[in-house]
Amino acid sequence: MEGFIAVLAALPLTLIVTAGAFGIGMIGGIPLMLGLQSRIGLVRGATRLLVDIIRGIPTIVWLFLLYFGVSFGGMRLESLPAAVIGLGVISSAYLAEIYRGSFQIVPRGQSEAASALGLGNKVTFTWILAPQAFRTAMPSMATFLLALIKDSSIASTIGVAEMVFAATTFARQNPSTAGLVPFFLAAIVYVAISVPLAVVSRRLGTRMMVNA
Amino acid sequence: MDLSLYLPRLGDGLVLSLQLTAISVVLGYALGLVFALGVSSTNKLVRFPTLVVVEIGRGIPALVVLYIVYYGFPAIGILFENVLAAAIGLTFTAAAYSSEMIRAGLQSVPKGQLEAAAALGLHGRTAFGRVIFPQGIRSAIPGLMGLAIQSFQGTSLAYSISVNELMSQSYQVSTITFDYLAVYAITGLMYVAIAVPATWLSMGVEKRLARGYA
Repeated sequence: MEGFIAVLAALPLTLIVTAGAFGIGMIGGIPLMLGLQSRIGLVRGATRLLVDIIRGIPTIVWLFLLYFGVSFGGMRLESLPAAVIGLGVISSAYLAEIYRGSFQIVPRGQSEAASALGLGNKVTFTWILAPQAFRTAMPSMATFLLALIKDSSIASTIGVAEMVFAATTFARQNPSTAGLVPFFLAAIVYVAISVPLAVVSRRLGTRMMVNA
Repeated sequence: MDLSLYLPRLGDGLVLSLQLTAISVVLGYALGLVFALGVSSTNKLVRFPTLVVVEIGRGIPALVVLYIVYYGFPAIGILFENVLAAAIGLTFTAAAYSSEMIRAGLQSVPKGQLEAAAALGLHGRTAFGRVIFPQGIRSAIPGLMGLAIQSFQGTSLAYSISVNELMSQSYQVSTITFDYLAVYAITGLMYVAIAVPATWLSMGVEKRLARGYA
């Protein structure tokens, strides 16, 4: 029971890391997606390379790079911002790919119709293309969010006191009695937050299909 | 501090990372096939437990799987050496994820294929091995290749149970040289040097396979 409380007390930090990184990714993914679709070959190629490099480096390496390697005038990043930024950068690259895929599905006629109606590029993008693309992107975004919740556990390696960190600490403090229990408790909490999210996203997906 | 002195160490780490990847992918996909068959079984006593195992494998972080194998199992009297623990943990994760891909692939084979096989007098095992499986695995290949790349990146988690793979070597080198930024940047690029060409390869294979269907 004690172990359960210790693990559960760390849940907010798991959620903060996940939400922070997802938030950065949702916004950071937009410029990357635009770069991936740019008409200028050089921009497109450079963005492609950037996205591939971001995705090619394992999460743990990103976090160590930011936590140990980056300093601003002798000031190192704290573990929590390092984790949020690191996972946020990775999320930006993955979400950019998801956005790109869903923009490609929006029929060409939509942007042609918008320009026939005399709408400018910005208006067409914001009010015509983006809402339709967002609808198709939702299920993939939810799948990514589910993966991100689990990946937030990697933040424990740079000392963010989220659930896995709490479980490890508890196991170390009670070596004789704890055993497998704290890890299974953490596992249960992960499953407990993932399952409802998966159900909601599936329902959201079907509802949006109906409206479409 | 001359970092090139430490490159062989990172190289050794990369070799172990690749070995762990090979083990977890080969054994993991084989186990994944078994799980896939279990989940599609008509026998409830087989289907339900397999489904629970697969959902646990997919639902909990790979890091937690490694901790359970390495720190948790000794508590119930089973002790693994760290490389073996990493291999077991990563294999289980790869198996859980691959099983869903393999199952989806097998399900995508039209039912008529099985009926046709039966009409030709092929028995269960032959029909599966020669007719259903080759077609089903084909549509699962792009996903499985992507998963193999993810498994390669996932070996970096073995750092947390002190396996001397690339990430651990890089951490050790960085604490000797204090050149954190450069060491982790080189390490990152070493992962990229494997992962990115592999991604291109899998995209090529995907295109090639799609051409066959057209």
